[in-house]
Amino acid sequence: MTRLLTRLFGRMPIGWLQLSHSRARLFAALAGVAFANILVFVQLGILGALNSSTVAPYALFDADIMISSVDANTLTDGSNVARQRMFQALGIAGVASATPLMIGALDWEDDKSSSSLQTFGVDPNAQRFVAPTLRSELSILQLADTGLIDRLTRGVPPEVFEGITRDTPLSIEANGRTVNVTGTLAVGAGFSEDGTLFVSDQTFLRLFGARSLGAPNHILVKVEDGVSPDVVVDRLRAVFPNDVVKVNTFEDAASADRRYQTTERPTGIIFGFGVLIGVLVGVVIVYQVLATDVADHLKEYATFKAMGYDQPFFLGIVFEEAIVLAVFGFIPGLLCSIAIYLGLSAATGLPVEMSVAQAISVFFGTLAACSLSGAIATRRLAGADPADLF
Amino acid sequence: MRNVPAITAEGLNHWFGTGEARKQAVFDVNLEIERGSLTILMGPSGSGKTTVLTLLGCLRDVQEGSVELLDTELNGAPEPLLVATRRRLGFIFQAHNLHESLSAEQNVLMGLQVHGKGDAHKQLEASRHVLGLVGLGDRMNYLPANLSGGQKQRVAVARALVSNPEVVFADEPTAALDKESGMTVVQMLKALGKTRGTTTVMVTHDNRILDMADRIIVLEEGRIVSDTRK
Ligand SMILES: Nc1ncnc2c1ncn2[C@@H]1O[C@H](COP(=O)(O)OP(=O)(O)OP(=O)(O)O)[C@@H](O)[C@H]1O
Ligand SMILES: [Mg+2]
Repeated sequence: MTRLLTRLFGRMPIGWLQLSHSRARLFAALAGVAFANILVFVQLGILGALNSSTVAPYALFDADIMISSVDANTLTDGSNVARQRMFQALGIAGVASATPLMIGALDWEDDKSSSSLQTFGVDPNAQRFVAPTLRSELSILQLADTGLIDRLTRGVPPEVFEGITRDTPLSIEANGRTVNVTGTLAVGAGFSEDGTLFVSDQTFLRLFGARSLGAPNHILVKVEDGVSPDVVVDRLRAVFPNDVVKVNTFEDAASADRRYQTTERPTGIIFGFGVLIGVLVGVVIVYQVLATDVADHLKEYATFKAMGYDQPFFLGIVFEEAIVLAVFGFIPGLLCSIAIYLGLSAATGLPVEMSVAQAISVFFGTLAACSLSGAIATRRLAGADPADLF
Repeated sequence: MRNVPAITAEGLNHWFGTGEARKQAVFDVNLEIERGSLTILMGPSGSGKTTVLTLLGCLRDVQEGSVELLDTELNGAPEPLLVATRRRLGFIFQAHNLHESLSAEQNVLMGLQVHGKGDAHKQLEASRHVLGLVGLGDRMNYLPANLSGGQKQRVAVARALVSNPEVVFADEPTAALDKESGMTVVQMLKALGKTRGTTTVMVTHDNRILDMADRIIVLEEGRIVSDTRK
């Protein structure tokens, strides 16, 4: 290690020698950095789960534009939108087709447990509006009281979904009705719902007696080939009263939903704040480690200063220490975090996943925090007369 | 060149503390120290020997008066100039301040590497040579924690001398040494003065060293009270 670093820096790796000289302190420092990393990773993981579980249902659909009530910040909240808007939209140049989307929450009552299912009702003939993987399954939904269920539904053992086919459907009870589940799809649990149920609009109306096709939650729109959705969005906005109805491209709608969940909903804000706290705690731990280390070697540094070593040399030592701490603290931090992610997603059914981009940014964040702390820690050295430090 | 003094101090005053606690420790010190000479600073405890030594050796900011060290005015000198000047000096202090995680050899190397990377092999050779001169040829790879007080002090001496400094400042360098190795160190400094023109300014109480000095300056309460040349 020492030889490798000597080659790397072209000088004696004093920072490394200093850190490795007292093993106990080195391990304490590494544990501190690893802990700070875990803290940040866990918060980021939960925030990431909120993000991806928010947009996961959007992947069930294949639309260019979504028309919603102006107060509908997410797929499920806010008012409904009048079906009249769909007919209006169909009259706009560039609009190829449109379909209403019904959404409701159902409780799937089992003998033992109950799971809440986010239920989507769509026209079974509107194949082009669902994700390609669902298209072949859609026709079967024309049979009354059939549905597709989320095989990742939280709290339900996967075996339950294994035998499901059109010939061997699973019957589930919800809202006093029986739904024959003939196939599965994969969405995963969210922060509020345990899973997803996909049914025809007619079945949806049977399940939710109070709802009417005249007032769907959203309207999905497909544009004509070669027409830009943005252009059509502008045309629709020009036609609709913007204090009642909002029009967005489907992607924009999904990201607006995600933004709303993470920056305006309490859960999102709390986890975002958690990330911030994690970063702060991490910076404090690293600073403490490096500042103590500099303080403990002040006499030795003062001697170096007396010999004619300058501030960049001391910064070099501390940066070297920062790099060693960042790298060797990050590795166990990352491994522990991956283990915690696995545990968390097993326990909650939420998509708590480590992404490479996230790992890389946390690593560089750690490096930056370590370097900054080191730079601050050496400031005391810069101003002092060597004679005052002996 | 030989006639230009290595160090000139004029009207040097120094204070410690601020406000009520401000106290003058050095009063109007004037001196010229020739190149190649061995000068000894003496005086009772608290008389300002260390303070004067660190002022002359650019380890402490000059507050009032002038110190010209190796043709560089230290009063008001910018940090880069101070750094450059320090690289031409050697320091030996009572507190050896060896770096605890570097071996004897690596500590001495630090005295060379301050001048730049250079030929790593030659630097190592030079470091080992000087360690040999101070009698530590068999302790090159020891960490300071495994050396005795006297041995540590000798490493510090080797570190100060390895880069052929033009001026050596030493504050009771022999205090931690036994008589014999103390004398060896002083003889080395004396010989360097003869052969290389190295100037030495040393604080000491050791009577035997007094005999070897070219000049003895006595301080009392921050003032020079006697200045004897041999
Ligand atoms: N950093 C400091 N802050 C405040 N006062 C100081 C400081 N250093 C020295 N002094 C004071 O300045 C005076 C001279 O101190 P100095 O250390 O130069 O004496 P000295 O002759 O080296 O003594 P000794 O033989 O004990 O080493 C003393 O009165 C001391 O208390
Ligand atoms: Mg003293």
